Parts: sequence; structure tokens; C-alpha cells
Amino acid sequence: MDKPDIDNLAQLARLELTPEEKDRYESELVDILQYVEQVQEAVGNVDDLTPSFDETDVKNVMREDTDPHDTGAHTKDLLGEAPRTKDGYVQVKKILNND
Amino acid sequence: MTKTDQLTIQTAAGKGDDCRSAIADQNTELNAFLEVYENVDRTGSGGALSGVPVALKDNMLVKGEKVSAGSKMLEGYTATYDATAVEKLREAGAELIGRTNMDEFAMGSSTEHSAFGPTKNPRALSRVPGGSSGGSAAAVAAGLVPVALGSDTGGSIRQPASFCGVVGLKPTYGAISRYGLIAMGSSLDQIGPITNTVADAETVFNVLRGRDKKDSTTLSDEVYAQNEERVPAQGGSASGGGVIGVPWNVIDQEGVDKSVAQNMKQSVERLKELGYTIKDIELPKFAYALSVYYILMPAEVSSNLARFDGVKYGLAAEGSDMIDDYLKTRGAGFGSEVKRRIMLGTYVLSSGYHDAYYRKALATRNAIRDELNETFKSVDVIATPTTPTPAFTLGEKSSDPLAMYMADIFTVPANVAGNPALTVPSGVVREGEDELPLGLQLMAPNTQEGRLFAVGKKFLGES
Repeated sequence: MDKPDIDNLAQLARLELTPEEKDRYESELVDILQYVEQVQEAVGNVDDLTPSFDETDVKNVMREDTDPHDTGAHTKDLLGEAPRTKDGYVQVKKILNND
Repeated sequence: MTKTDQLTIQTAAGKGDDCRSAIADQNTELNAFLEVYENVDRTGSGGALSGVPVALKDNMLVKGEKVSAGSKMLEGYTATYDATAVEKLREAGAELIGRTNMDEFAMGSSTEHSAFGPTKNPRALSRVPGGSSGGSAAAVAAGLVPVALGSDTGGSIRQPASFCGVVGLKPTYGAISRYGLIAMGSSLDQIGPITNTVADAETVFNVLRGRDKKDSTTLSDEVYAQNEERVPAQGGSASGGGVIGVPWNVIDQEGVDKSVAQNMKQSVERLKELGYTIKDIELPKFAYALSVYYILMPAEVSSNLARFDGVKYGLAAEGSDMIDDYLKTRGAGFGSEVKRRIMLGTYVLSSGYHDAYYRKALATRNAIRDELNETFKSVDVIATPTTPTPAFTLGEKSSDPLAMYMADIFTVPANVAGNPALTVPSGVVREGEDELPLGLQLMAPNTQEGRLFAVGKKFLGES
């Protein structure tokens, strides 16, 4: 892990970091990764990754796509929490550049 | 070991005003509560929690009330709906008192990562209360409320409950709906109670448990009923449990305080006196759980926290374009531990490292689960200390993330495998002027919370 790696990760994670934060995370992430590398030795073959879900009681659940709430029932509450709105929509900066 | 001077569901019912004045007296010092609700709702009654004051960790939504997850990112945010757990508390007649302090987005083991300052341990004010549900544990331990809810992703209910000398339950994965809980690691998160007695934890658990169509991971009553037969107890009654397994190989290791190992021996003696059969067990995969946890959890965190982007709610910083809005909002809104984990999660999921870390962690998780399931064929309950040390001092570990992570070595396996686990106070260790509580952790097979309550009550001498 080096400086370009940290810059790239921060960009992927959409985090603006100060130079001090970058320095700190660079060394801390190396320490943490060194520790968690133990998992390399814990099990052998990982090709067989069928999770034993039958023993976890958690099952996939599907439902019919029915019974919608009334249109607009929650719009006022939800838009009330959005930092920028316009004409009943959430407002963001434009994402396409013509130049 | 039994405390008699603490609030219970029985003694505190109808005493919401007393709780409010106790908070007014003590909270300046403790910083356990971030807010006491002005809106007092005493309409619900007749249920199991009729008139019982209950505090909520600051990551559970209460319609019309502020919720911040201990972060600047959600400053000014007001919840637009009730969490299912909150709805169930209301139906049972509980009086919601306020929201408690926590490590930001539930990431931490000391509550020092809150954007609103640390909470102090009421048993020793120079010490941390544990985390991330540190405000909830401190509120119960200080006698401010009889019941507080916490959430537990890697020990965040049990570790602070142990540090503060109270009872804490991490239920089976899927036992309690997470609808309206601000997500951290979705394959690990569970809501649970922090109380002064095991009987109270059981009462609250029974109020909150059950299938919720808004959380597809919740377990039905049928699953609970089936498992009662599928995993039969070794001896005694089905709910009592007769054989307790103790994995000394993970207790007698570097990083576990002598005082903790000593206390564990005393707890085992007490369990023997109470009529339980103690069995030495080996759990060779147990020690890998922390590594698994610090791969899977950050991976899930990096995904779950993508929603905090300054568009839909909370903080919004002004950038030069859309991407810059995201970068600046998230850079300013998240604290250092949250950013650290998002970076780590982004790394272990990134192309080239995914197989080496994430897939290996998933495989190891299965191995840990298999090891526990196998062990539960010959023991009813597994007992360990809850934490490797008593409460540490404020600031002691806040600059060393890895040292902080080690506080979770005994608690994370239950989250990684999904099992229910309960911590009960097991005595104190003296350090200087302070008498610091320690906890005994009991783990059971999935859906067998009943065994934990039975052993926990006997251990604390509850009738």
C-alpha cells in the first residue's frame, strides 16, 4: 500500500482526505491488513464456497409487487429532509458536461 | 454479584419523571444521553412494558425525533418513520425517554468516536463505558433508566454492558427486526436490550422478537419452534441446559488480562455449584473470528454508508461539481474511524484483493459456524469472559485502532456465526481506587435464547 493506492481508494470511496489523514490511514491500513491476513491460513480451498445457509435459518424472501402506498403520501416528509430541493424534486448539480 | 439498588421493569414502571430528573442531575457529567425527548407519550398501556421508561441508542428511528448515529453527517436529520423495534416498544406501553450516545455509526468499542464527545463509565469516571452502545450501557448502570436498547454488530451491546456491570443481550441474527436501524454491517447487526436483570432482558426480548415483513432476515415463530426440537438440550429441561462448554484455549492467551482469566475460573466454580456440568472444549477456529470480522464488516460498511452523500438527507457540503459535492460532504461529515473502515472495506472489495480477503473471510466464517454447530451437539451453552480486559481509561486506545479492535475478541464470534449471546456481571477487579466490573458471556445455538436466560438468572441469583 502506498500513496497512489490511498488516493485511489479515497476517490473510489468518495472521501476527501487531508494529507495528514492520508499519511495516517496508509500506515494504519497496512497494520490492520497484516492482522486480518490470518484468514489466508484459516481454511484451505475456497472454491467450495457454498454457504451453509440451511444451518443459519435465513432464507430468501420474495413478495408480490402489490399494494403500493398512495402516490405522494410520503413526498413532503422525505423532501423535507433533503438539503436541496426544487419544484418537488431533489436537486443536484448537473452530471453531464457538453465540453 | 446481584445488584439490588438498580432500576427494573417492575420498580421503574410509571417513573418516567424520576428518570428525567435523574438524567438532568447526572448527564452533564456522564454524557450518556444526547437528547431527552420533549414529546412525552404515555398513551400506550396494558402491555408488558406499560409505563416503563426506555432509552434508545441514537441509531434507531423515532418518527419526528432527531437521530444522528453519533455523527455530524446526520446533523439536523429528523426521522420520517418509526423503526419496527420502536413501534413494538410503543405497543407494549413503554415510555420513550431519549436517545443515547454512541460511537459514530456504531463503529468503536469505547464511545470515544462519537461526534458529540465521549460518555463516561458511571462505575469509574476516568474510564470508557465501552462501545458502541456506551451511552445505553452507562444510562442503565447509572440508574437513569431500567431499559435501554443497543445494537450489536461485533459486541456493541455486550462489551459496554460488561464494562458498566449490567446485563446485555445480542439475540440470534434475525430475531429482532432491523427496519429503521441505521445499518452498519447487515449480515451482522442485531438490536438487543441492556438491563439490570436477566428477567428484564428476557421481557424486552419477547416484546421485540418476531417476523417483520419489512426486514426479510427476521425469523418466524415456526423457526423458533422447530429449533427447539432440532437442537435438543444435553440434560435437564429443554430451556435449562445442563452442560456448559469452556474453551480455555482461547481464554488463556496473550492479550487476556490475568484478572479476567481469574474471574472466569471463579465463574466456572459458581456454575458448578449451581449444578451445571462443565466441559473443556477446543475451538481452534474461534480466534479467526476477529480477522473475519474486520474484513466482512468494513466491506458491508463501505456499501451501507454510500447512502450518506449529501443528496437525500443530512449534511451537504458545496463542491465544484456533483462528484466534488460527494467528496466534500463525506470528507467533512464522517469521523476518522468511519473513514478508516470505509477505506478498508473499499480495499478488501476491490478488484485484485477480493479473493484474497473477502472470499477467504466468507469461507472462514462458514468454518467458524460449522465449528460452533458441531460443539453445540455436546454442550448446551458456551461460556467465555465477555471482554479480555476491564474498562480501559479514556484516551488509552483511541490512537491505536488495532488495540481497540482487540476489545472484541470474545464477542465477535457470535456475530460472525449468528448465535445469540448474553453478558451478565461476574464480579469486579480492583485497579487503584476503581472497582471495575467484569462480565461472563454465554453463547447458545441459534434461537436458543431461552437457555441463556435460564443460566443467566441462576448465575445472578434471580428467582
